[in-house]
Amino acid sequence: MLMLSRTAAALYWLGRYLERADFIARLVEATIRLDALSTRPAGEAAWQSALAVTYTDEAFALTGDELTQARVARFLTLDDSHPGSIVRCLDRARNNARAVRTALTREAWTAINRAWLLFQNRQTTGGATATLNLLEQVKGETRGFEGAIHRMMRNEATLLIQLGAAIERADNTARLVDVKYHLLLPEGEQVGGVVDRDQWNTILQTVSAVNAYRWLYNDGLQPANVIDLLISRAELPRSLAACVEEVVALLNALAKRTGLQGEADRMARARMARAQKTRTHDVIVSGLHEHLEAFVGENALLDGAIARQFRFI
Amino acid sequence: MGAPGAFDEIWGHGGPERPRAEFAALSQWLAETDAAELQRRQQSAEAAFRQLGITFAVYGDTEAAERIIPFDIVPRVFLAGEWQRLSEGLVQRVEAINAFLEDIYGERRILKEGIIPPELIYLNEQFRAEVDGVRPPHGVWAHICGIDLVRTGPDAFYVLEDNARTPSGVSYMLENREAMIRLCPELFRDFRVAPVDSYPDMLLKTMQSVAPGNNPRPVCVVLTPGHFNSAYYEHSFLADSMGVELVEAADLVVDDDVVWMQTIAGRVKVDVIYRRIDDDFLDPLVFRPDSMLGVPGIMAAYRAGNVAILNAPGNGIADDKAIYSYVPEIVRFYSGGEAKLPNVETYRCREPQALKYVLDRLPELVVKLVDGSGGYGMLVGPTATKAQIEEFRAALVAEPHRYIAQPTLALSTVPTLVEQGLAPRHVDFRPFVLTGSDGVRVAPGGLTRVALREGSLVVNSSQGGGTKDSFVLLDDGA
Repeated sequence: MLMLSRTAAALYWLGRYLERADFIARLVEATIRLDALSTRPAGEAAWQSALAVTYTDEAFALTGDELTQARVARFLTLDDSHPGSIVRCLDRARNNARAVRTALTREAWTAINRAWLLFQNRQTTGGATATLNLLEQVKGETRGFEGAIHRMMRNEATLLIQLGAAIERADNTARLVDVKYHLLLPEGEQVGGVVDRDQWNTILQTVSAVNAYRWLYNDGLQPANVIDLLISRAELPRSLAACVEEVVALLNALAKRTGLQGEADRMARARMARAQKTRTHDVIVSGLHEHLEAFVGENALLDGAIARQFRFI
Repeated sequence: MGAPGAFDEIWGHGGPERPRAEFAALSQWLAETDAAELQRRQQSAEAAFRQLGITFAVYGDTEAAERIIPFDIVPRVFLAGEWQRLSEGLVQRVEAINAFLEDIYGERRILKEGIIPPELIYLNEQFRAEVDGVRPPHGVWAHICGIDLVRTGPDAFYVLEDNARTPSGVSYMLENREAMIRLCPELFRDFRVAPVDSYPDMLLKTMQSVAPGNNPRPVCVVLTPGHFNSAYYEHSFLADSMGVELVEAADLVVDDDVVWMQTIAGRVKVDVIYRRIDDDFLDPLVFRPDSMLGVPGIMAAYRAGNVAILNAPGNGIADDKAIYSYVPEIVRFYSGGEAKLPNVETYRCREPQALKYVLDRLPELVVKLVDGSGGYGMLVGPTATKAQIEEFRAALVAEPHRYIAQPTLALSTVPTLVEQGLAPRHVDFRPFVLTGSDGVRVAPGGLTRVALREGSLVVNSSQGGGTKDSFVLLDDGA
């Protein structure tokens, strides 16, 4: 049976929104830790950057609230007035899942629904411990969803969810590196200069790569290494290299099952070829910010090509 | 207590100490299982329903847009013999409904022979001139019927209402059973309960049997108004358990009188549509032009015989409350025999004598709008306030043709778990009857709704009703 175009779109966006919810959860978690370790006003800067990574700094400024953990954590988790909160992402994910309920297994659906239920009738996240508990639960459910996906029929439904997640993940990582790097190394400072351990650790935590870093580099925290890990090391699932490869593989698998191949495949393959030739050192020298900005732009174009190729409606 | 002296389906008239002989074992199970344990199991069932998202939405209720319907852990049980007699009555009634629809949109013999007053048809909003003379594929009209029954004694069943359009509730039949098997496995060991899980297969076979032409692998779909509809869970549940696509209007296009669905690889022809959208919204070119839920041109494809629509457009004329009181005559007219399942005695307020009778006895009667549903627009005389009664009196005098009235029945009760333990609560029942080109089948179970408030007769989920599993025993020797 051929998949409905509307179903294809909903599955893809379900993948994107759940990945985004998971990313925000990890970002808030890492920022709480960073905040706890820093003295004011460094903590404030930490929350400011968390807002910047999620494109919500302007929306937060409009609330007139102070840059405190309680306010920003609540804003990024429970505030449904803007699209950058976990609750909104879960709401969107669940709406998409409901619309394609028949394309999901019970396990996959209940994981999404349980994550969504965590936020129903919740007015406050409570203190740091309570917030961390809530985030741990969110991550537990999204992990459960990923597990359930791997037990579903290996068909285009699964592939489209994973494709949405991979595109979203690429965007999140690029954005995280861009913002944090900009903040950590203001203009004029050299890579490899004074390292704020906690700050770099936060980045690694957000992409669940603290131990991966140790294994791969056997070295203290070096900014250049962290950037290399996040951009070029395909072993790390959240690196740009891994996302880029995953998108190509998923599009290939989709082409095999559906016979649909086109512009999206060509764009994704070209991007992978370039990524494999990219050397982190060159990127840092020639301008990391420009590189990442171009990556995010290209990712958005690829998203559009996917929508056309699978006739999303 | 409900109506004094109400028949309890398990305890009979004797209370927990002297249950009906056939239910001694079940009654013992109830007595021996700790109420706290039952409470725990019931809560676990409701938690599972919430996780699965088995919810319904109450229109106009934004506070809790999605609610679960309360589930009661004590099953309602039909003995094999009771069920056999009930089934025969249901088959007879649904066959008559199909024959009536075929006749009304065809020769109209029943009007010519004066059985039903013609104005009751022609002036009825549910009569769809748009399908006059159109015969659905294989001549089946009411493929999926839900017949609402009430009971007053061991063998006294009455039809309260026929639902021949898009009856809902079958997902509760299936989910409640799943919950019961998980939570009370001992019951299924001790009693031989007819399985209901073949319902999706029965439904798919019914759909395939009415496909136009000789396509051996017809494409079947379920058409939903979308995930904001109160019964969306059921739509998705049915599509999923049949393994067919759940489509929305935006997924379908009609081209040259053929219905297509839009897939990632282009268009696929659709042969059979189980639609969960009312006639009014089905096709903006034919019915309500402002419908955003419908598929423009779908009725043209239907008239051309290129697609089967379940249930057939125009069915509302058969389950309308104004027609209801004529169903016994309808059964007699088409089957030649008496209705095995009687109606509840009904006063047609359009008839002056009946109106006078009703106005004299409002505090004893139940008065219903002929075009109302879901328990809205209804007066329950014995529990109504004086003001409510006077309000209905004025409405009846102003527009008598819009109302029917019925005596308040001593509805049967079933033991139900309430805060204080087990207590009798009034129930009704909706069995599901499927009609394909190959005959009529009754699913061995159904939806039992229970009025959870003490003494209440209103079982609607929008007004505080709950559900129970409905066991049909395969033999009575338990």
